[in-house]
Amino acid sequence: MSDTTHTNTGFFRAISAQSAGVALELDHVTKQYPGQPAPAVEDFSMSIRPGELVMFVGPSGCGKTTTMKMVNRLIEPTSGSIRIDGKDVLSLDPNELRRHVGYVIQQIGLFPHRTIAENIATVPKMLGWKKDRIADRVDELLRTVQLDPSIFANRYPRQLSGGQQQRAGVARALAADPPVMLMDEPFGATDPITRERLQAEFLRLQAEIGKTIIFVTHDFDEAIRMGDRIAVLSERSHIEQFDTPARILASPANDYVTSFIGQGAAIKRLALMPISDAALGPAVSGGPRIPVTGSLRDALDLIVLSGAERITVTDPDGKAMGSIDHAAISHVLGTSAPASASGPESAVAP
Amino acid sequence: MDTSFKWSRFINFLAQRWDEVLELAAQHLAVVAISLAFALVIGILIGALVWNRPIGRATALSAAGIAITIPSLAVLALLSPLLGLGWGPSIVALAFYALLPIIRNTVVGLREVPSQIVESARGMGIGRTRILVTTQLPIAWPVIMAGVRVSAQMTVGIAAIAAYVAGPGLGQYIFTGLSSMGSFNAVNYALTGTVATIILALLIDAAFILVARATTSKGLRA
Repeated sequence: MSDTTHTNTGFFRAISAQSAGVALELDHVTKQYPGQPAPAVEDFSMSIRPGELVMFVGPSGCGKTTTMKMVNRLIEPTSGSIRIDGKDVLSLDPNELRRHVGYVIQQIGLFPHRTIAENIATVPKMLGWKKDRIADRVDELLRTVQLDPSIFANRYPRQLSGGQQQRAGVARALAADPPVMLMDEPFGATDPITRERLQAEFLRLQAEIGKTIIFVTHDFDEAIRMGDRIAVLSERSHIEQFDTPARILASPANDYVTSFIGQGAAIKRLALMPISDAALGPAVSGGPRIPVTGSLRDALDLIVLSGAERITVTDPDGKAMGSIDHAAISHVLGTSAPASASGPESAVAP
Repeated sequence: MDTSFKWSRFINFLAQRWDEVLELAAQHLAVVAISLAFALVIGILIGALVWNRPIGRATALSAAGIAITIPSLAVLALLSPLLGLGWGPSIVALAFYALLPIIRNTVVGLREVPSQIVESARGMGIGRTRILVTTQLPIAWPVIMAGVRVSAQMTVGIAAIAAYVAGPGLGQYIFTGLSSMGSFNAVNYALTGTVATIILALLIDAAFILVARATTSKGLRA
């Protein structure tokens, strides 16, 4: 007993030290609720690389949230194993485990009777951090999620807007710098404009912190925008396809995935491709100009909007470096589909 | 002898017994405070144990509901062979009556705590008992305090009846008055006991409004 406790303390110290994300593996995980004819999650296997943001997309009731909650043992798996940085989570104390796995839910769940600073300090306090260190950390996190500490630290949750509360929720989940984050439709309850801003902010943040993240959503467009890889899930958390957004859009594995992508798959793909993917024609004089850092969708948008046959592509300094037309854009879509089918990551993970 | 009520005589009566009235009021306050303290601890404990268990909850609430319908005089009479006279049976009886509103409001208050708050607390690795003490009870606190206020009012009234088993408090004046009806100071006794009880009840209620405010997080105030 004391032996395992000792090892676990060491393990938590080790994963805390490498807060930038660790490998996460789910191995033949099944959840069968007693009295239910079919399991909620059946034989789910996936391996997630350190620092990867994996989106679970699927209709409500498909088991995606159940799958996610087994990682921090809010739901105990019936069989199978889940490993964080190679260590089976079932061998760890559940509460200790959860203090090292960030958890954000749609309804946020901030403590209404505690200030924002106290909310964020929850886990560090349980971990026995010194007061100064906690105060510094709270300050740092509030800045990270773009809430001014001098304004928000001593406010109560009800004094914040929905978007601000969600930022505070993310800050609270990040408090002890957990290497793994679980996010359950975190931006689902916000209005579309706030949601897009939160998504963009979170992507910027993730680029810095590089956590290993499971992000559950039922919004496929959110999955495309945010995910390094997307797992499209159906009943019993069955993986229909697990691949990068671009490859899922280019070659959906089956009709189920196609139906999930919905209308406008080509346009969605273009949004993920930089203009530099296209073969540029010779520079033309005059007409609309677009920076090469934009996406092909931006380029198409400008062509449609301006009515020009060909638009000028400029380098970051604003100098013309070539031009692009409708045909060049279509050509990119045509060539990228077959190429991806044999891509190294297109296979469903074991 | 003229035994009808006269203001001048009543003022005179008060002036002579002012110290005793204050002493009785202090006793009354003490017996209410002690009973409430017991009821608060026991009531919150029972409420916290049953709020999430349908059968336990129904049992506790109906038992407390039935208990409250037993006439207080009967409870006091039943308790005195066991506990004798004076403070003992008074405190037990009062705590007994104070329980229902506290249990009921603890249950209601805990049920009203949004489940996502408890879930996010669990997700952060806080243990069940700790969540109850540091999160659920503080959030339910305004509702629990509303129950305590009701209990306090009931207890002040019933404490007056505890004088029947020689309990402490202003009930002694009321009973003295009632048992000596027709005598010179009968009405003065009864009136003093009754009015002082009402004033005490109002003061205690005002105090509880302040206490509830002071002990409720600013984040929970509407």
